[in-house]
Amino acid sequence: MLQALADGILTGSIIALGAIGLTLTMGILRFANFAHAELITWGAYMALGALAITGTFAGPTPPFSFGLPLVFATLIAVVLTAALALLIDHLVFRPLRSHTSHMTVVFASFGVSLLVRMVILLIFGGSAAYYSNELQIAIRVMPGLRVMPDHVFTLGLTLAIVVALHLFLQKTRLGLSMRALAENPDLVRINGIDTRVVVRWTWVIGAALAAVSGVLYGLTVQLRPEIGFQLLLPLFAAAILGGVGNVFGAVIGGLIVGLAESLSVLFVPAGYKMAVPFFILLAVLYVRPNGIFGALRGGAK
Amino acid sequence: MSGYLAYLVFFLIVALTYSIVVMGLNLQWGYTGLFNAGVVGFFAIGAYGTAILTGPDRPELIGGFALPFPAGVVGGMILAALAALLVGLATLRLREEYLAISTFGIAISIQLIGLNFDALTGGAQGLTGIPRPLFSTFGTPGAYNLFYLCLVGTITAIVFAALQVALQSPWGRLLKAIREDETAAASLGKNPALVRLQAFVLGSTLMGLAGGLYVGFIGYVSPLDFLPLLTFQIWAMLIVGGSGNNRGAIVGAVGVWALWTMSGFAISRLLPVHYQSQGGAIQVIIIGLLIVLTLLFRPRGLIGEAQSVSRHAR
Repeated sequence: MLQALADGILTGSIIALGAIGLTLTMGILRFANFAHAELITWGAYMALGALAITGTFAGPTPPFSFGLPLVFATLIAVVLTAALALLIDHLVFRPLRSHTSHMTVVFASFGVSLLVRMVILLIFGGSAAYYSNELQIAIRVMPGLRVMPDHVFTLGLTLAIVVALHLFLQKTRLGLSMRALAENPDLVRINGIDTRVVVRWTWVIGAALAAVSGVLYGLTVQLRPEIGFQLLLPLFAAAILGGVGNVFGAVIGGLIVGLAESLSVLFVPAGYKMAVPFFILLAVLYVRPNGIFGALRGGAK
Repeated sequence: MSGYLAYLVFFLIVALTYSIVVMGLNLQWGYTGLFNAGVVGFFAIGAYGTAILTGPDRPELIGGFALPFPAGVVGGMILAALAALLVGLATLRLREEYLAISTFGIAISIQLIGLNFDALTGGAQGLTGIPRPLFSTFGTPGAYNLFYLCLVGTITAIVFAALQVALQSPWGRLLKAIREDETAAASLGKNPALVRLQAFVLGSTLMGLAGGLYVGFIGYVSPLDFLPLLTFQIWAMLIVGGSGNNRGAIVGAVGVWALWTMSGFAISRLLPVHYQSQGGAIQVIIIGLLIVLTLLFRPRGLIGEAQSVSRHAR
């Protein structure tokens, strides 16, 4: 029970990072991006690729199973994931955003998700991969609860990112423009803010968070080309549960979805775990479609 | 019958079965603008429903009611309709995206039930020995396949004709009106949410029908026949053929299925054994490219929706 709680919080924090990016793009760019979860897979695998270069310089830093090389690899992955997001936006979403129905962009993102997943499969192959072959010993914190140092690191990093993002959205001019664009796009344009710049930064931030979340997933679970496909439903459930466009809502939503998934194993066979986010989603849509904390105005069409 | 001809019959049965799914999707997306990201889920419900209702009784399984084939197919269609109602009622009054996300979710859930609920679905092994309708009447498999092609072809034609009538009726015009301008339709006293729900449930029922026909033809169900990839393939068929046009839906189904089959042959012939899994990825990339490039450069598809203007305005 205690262990399930701890595992749920861990998964939840990874889902939360991905869901923040998704909720930002859903709120600001106004479409449900089915390809967002593939940015997570892409980030995770770009870090794996980069590790082949950075990994030769130094070994792991105890007590963690990784060291500075993975940190640098993550930075490279963040840059490459942001580049992919901007490329997709430039090639596919922007041309469609201007002159067709709103759902066409959603549909295009659905097609793009398949393409990204298959390109990863083509480059890296389908079998599971790991950042490190080091075996990590779980530390017994109290009876019935074992925690790995990597897991503690994951939680700490998530917390730090959420606080930093909150400060960014509240205190900086760009953060304010992003919130304003979610709230009322016309008013933003009247005020002479270049919405293209804001949109670009939204992609960069969403993609960066996705890359970090992918690396953390690879670190604590494993790397497979299907990571994104399997995270898509939890991400959407978390974003909608927390209210579209609401960053803190996405974090709480992510934790709830992660906890529900891991606690569900106590009641139903583990094979059905992936369906848990769907039932959370249905329940939210039936009972409180704006999420528990309410969506930003950007949630409306 | 020569090998090629036998294969052509087999190919057409599958392609026409998919074309019924594509017409169902066309009703949802092409005419009503509803995004269904879980097409495979409704197809699978129809297939499993038919298999459970018509299958032979087995002590270790819940199903096996040994009903006649038509009753099984209708049962599968009703189950698909109920699943559509479940997500439709939750989402159709809300943002359009929510339907897309929920349909994606229901497809995942159906796949999990198929894989894990052994007592009902046979789990990873699936259900085998599902009776094929009128199989004993025909002497050879070749003759039977020809009969089945006629059956599927007739049903495809009936679905096509019925949809044409429905779409030219006031109800069909209402669908397009709501797709184009929901507020205007609502101001004329129409109920957009209700009409969308009707189109969505009807489209999903057609997917269930196709699932039942599929099972009747191959005689077993297995989770491997209902991978998420099928959703993308069906979408590629619709968008390439031209959404908003059922002729396009059928052309797209046959064309994309031919492309898929031939690219599969080419890869298995040309690529060394060592690279076969990469070859599979390339085959899927073609589907993804078809979707994205058609959307970008030829949104009307091969045939596309006919321009419609009121005959009084002409």
